[in-house]
Amino acid sequence: MNDFIAARSQMALSLGFHIIFSCIGMVMPFFMAVAHFYYLKTGQAVYKNVTKAWSKGVAIFFATGAVSGTVLSFELGLLWPEFMKHAGPIFGMPFSLEGTAFFIEAIALGFFLYGWDRFNPWFHWFTGVVVGVSGLASGILVVAANAWMNSPAGFEYLNGQYLNIDPIAAMFNEAWFSQALHMTIAAFAATGFAVAGVHALMILRGSHVLFHTKSFTIAAVFGCVAALVQPLSGDISAKDVAIRQPAKLAAMEAHFHTEKSASLIVGGIPNEEKKQVDYAIKLPGFLSFLAHGDFTAEVTGLDRIPEENHPPVAITHYAFQIMVGMGMAMMLIAVLYFTALWKKRKWLQEPWLLKLFALATPLGFIAVEAGWTVTEVGRQPWIIYNIMRTADAVTPMPGIAYSFYLFTAIYASLAVFVVFMLYRQIKMVGRLYDHN
Amino acid sequence: MLYIVITYLWASILLYLLLGGADFGAGIIELFTSQKNKQVTRKTLYSAIGPIWEANHMWLIIAIVILFVGFPVIYATMSVNMHIPLTVMLIGIIARGTAFTFRHYDAVVDDMQHLYNSIFAVSSFTTPLFLGIIAGSAVSGHIDPSAATFVDAYIFSWLHWFSITVGLFTVSICGFLASVYLIGETQNEQERLRFAHKAQFFNIAAVVCGALVFAAAWFEHIPLFDWVFGNWVGRIAILSATASLIWMWTLLYQGKTGLLRPLAGFQVTMILLTTTYKHFPNIIILKGGGYLSLTEHAGQEKTIGALAWALLLGSILILPALFYLIYSFQKKPIGYGSEAH
Repeated sequence: MNDFIAARSQMALSLGFHIIFSCIGMVMPFFMAVAHFYYLKTGQAVYKNVTKAWSKGVAIFFATGAVSGTVLSFELGLLWPEFMKHAGPIFGMPFSLEGTAFFIEAIALGFFLYGWDRFNPWFHWFTGVVVGVSGLASGILVVAANAWMNSPAGFEYLNGQYLNIDPIAAMFNEAWFSQALHMTIAAFAATGFAVAGVHALMILRGSHVLFHTKSFTIAAVFGCVAALVQPLSGDISAKDVAIRQPAKLAAMEAHFHTEKSASLIVGGIPNEEKKQVDYAIKLPGFLSFLAHGDFTAEVTGLDRIPEENHPPVAITHYAFQIMVGMGMAMMLIAVLYFTALWKKRKWLQEPWLLKLFALATPLGFIAVEAGWTVTEVGRQPWIIYNIMRTADAVTPMPGIAYSFYLFTAIYASLAVFVVFMLYRQIKMVGRLYDHN
Repeated sequence: MLYIVITYLWASILLYLLLGGADFGAGIIELFTSQKNKQVTRKTLYSAIGPIWEANHMWLIIAIVILFVGFPVIYATMSVNMHIPLTVMLIGIIARGTAFTFRHYDAVVDDMQHLYNSIFAVSSFTTPLFLGIIAGSAVSGHIDPSAATFVDAYIFSWLHWFSITVGLFTVSICGFLASVYLIGETQNEQERLRFAHKAQFFNIAAVVCGALVFAAAWFEHIPLFDWVFGNWVGRIAILSATASLIWMWTLLYQGKTGLLRPLAGFQVTMILLTTTYKHFPNIIILKGGGYLSLTEHAGQEKTIGALAWALLLGSILILPALFYLIYSFQKKPIGYGSEAH
């Protein structure tokens, strides 16, 4: 494995790991706050138990997310020093604000976790909400920095020099809104489905049904609402990418030839040599419509982009298909669930709906990882779009492959530990949180 | 504006050394505690740092963000030449942070606790050791940007006696801070004495390691003696730190615990002051006498301005909340046996 590929793999691994923990860390506090709210309003012990059980999960995920985030702040320099040397002062603004948001999250978490029976109950509840809000703010700010890499702003690039730096303009780059919106909704959908799925499984097994039903309902409602609105934000993102990063859109769709009334390609195997997609379903005009809101509009294909600036087509295309597929599946489940809630209450008693949720547990996170792959791999070969190539940013230190193997081992064992920890939490629900 | 940013950088390094250091030290104490006393140590530790645990480690993130936004050349140089010790330090941070959380949130208490405890204790030692090694290397003059071989560029940049002794000194300071901090948390005379002994042990260790740092500096031609004693700021700082140390021990033997923490904090602050004052604003001293300076290698004016405002705004939000957190749990500690649920 050469050093460049190793560095990219290590970065992908670290971000792919961190993204799961940060999504859960920023969304779970809201579930917790809802359960806590019901407890304070109704006094039903089950809601208190749900809140406490979830808060332990939040603590585990927050701690793991905090350390993997700390690692990332160093890895940016360890792997991409040349990038950070130039980009740091330009896109640093959201990071410096994110530091504050993250700090407040840590303080609020201290109040919340250790504050039971110690403060005014509503102040205690409020600190839980602060955990969620500041977590969300951190996430949105970090996405601003990534959006800047896709849509560089706030400087002039002249003869290899980065002049007239304006960090505020850099932060409010064009891609920020659409990316942050898409990511935030994705976090709610993924976490909602993951949490709901685990509780659905426990209900199916017949253990502590009341406890798990209350938990399931809160998570499922959050997840399903997010799954239903996500396509709208996806549409905003697609139209934005079509204008700003035509190469990325072309790779997502394996759209090799510029044409009017371009077809939307579903599935298929991109053949980069023959510049065609085999075995795909083609919906004529739909790509033009999705990208530009007009069935006859022209969509730039990879043929208009110099070969050396092509992103890897196959990976981007597959990742995009996976993301959309998972999104559609979750949307379908959401429609069924809301139909059950409003029209067909008896469905809620039937196991098939719960089974569906249990099967859907990982879908949201698969979509998150796939979407992340689309945005990162689709930006290649650039680390700063149209300004700096990823290959020019990598550290001069040889032997990065060993570092990659090391971090792979660490993250793999951490993942095993966290799953083990959650398994034990769930197994102990009866003894710790549900005495009835 | 630049000086506001530099002040924040220095302050976050200091706070990380004091708060994060005491936190590391708590783990180091576990490493140096006999098997039968470990459980009590752990409980005292948890009741003392549980609620502010995560916050203590945020200072490192603040410092690193200031570095990469405001002083990108310094951040990039450190990232390249200190790649290996930084990686070891990061592994320590991962291991320690997760082990601490796992041992308190694992729903089943069984033999796994031994694993969490050993990971926590060992990484509590290695993390500050490597932090010290990195800090020592920065000013050692061993970093050579034009080094031709792998070992010169990536190994001998940090592997030498001076940096290793600075690392050990940092470890003993952490142990000292934690012991003094925990004296105030103890519930009875017997425990108080136990932590007083620990404080004494780490105090002696710090003095010995400090002497070794000077010896290594002399051996490697690093003008540390001149940095510390060659100016009035250094001399006064060392003198007042020594005086406050004697005062602290007098109070401790009289059984008065109120002023111990501020005095220990003051001593460590003075140490950081003397070791950074003389070569300020040069934060990295390169091989052959070159240097990277906080004033000459700062980012463009607008970046520094925005960073300063972000930091000021951040402090308005963070500091009151942090003080209230510490105050609330000082007033009524979470106590033994209480769990965070």
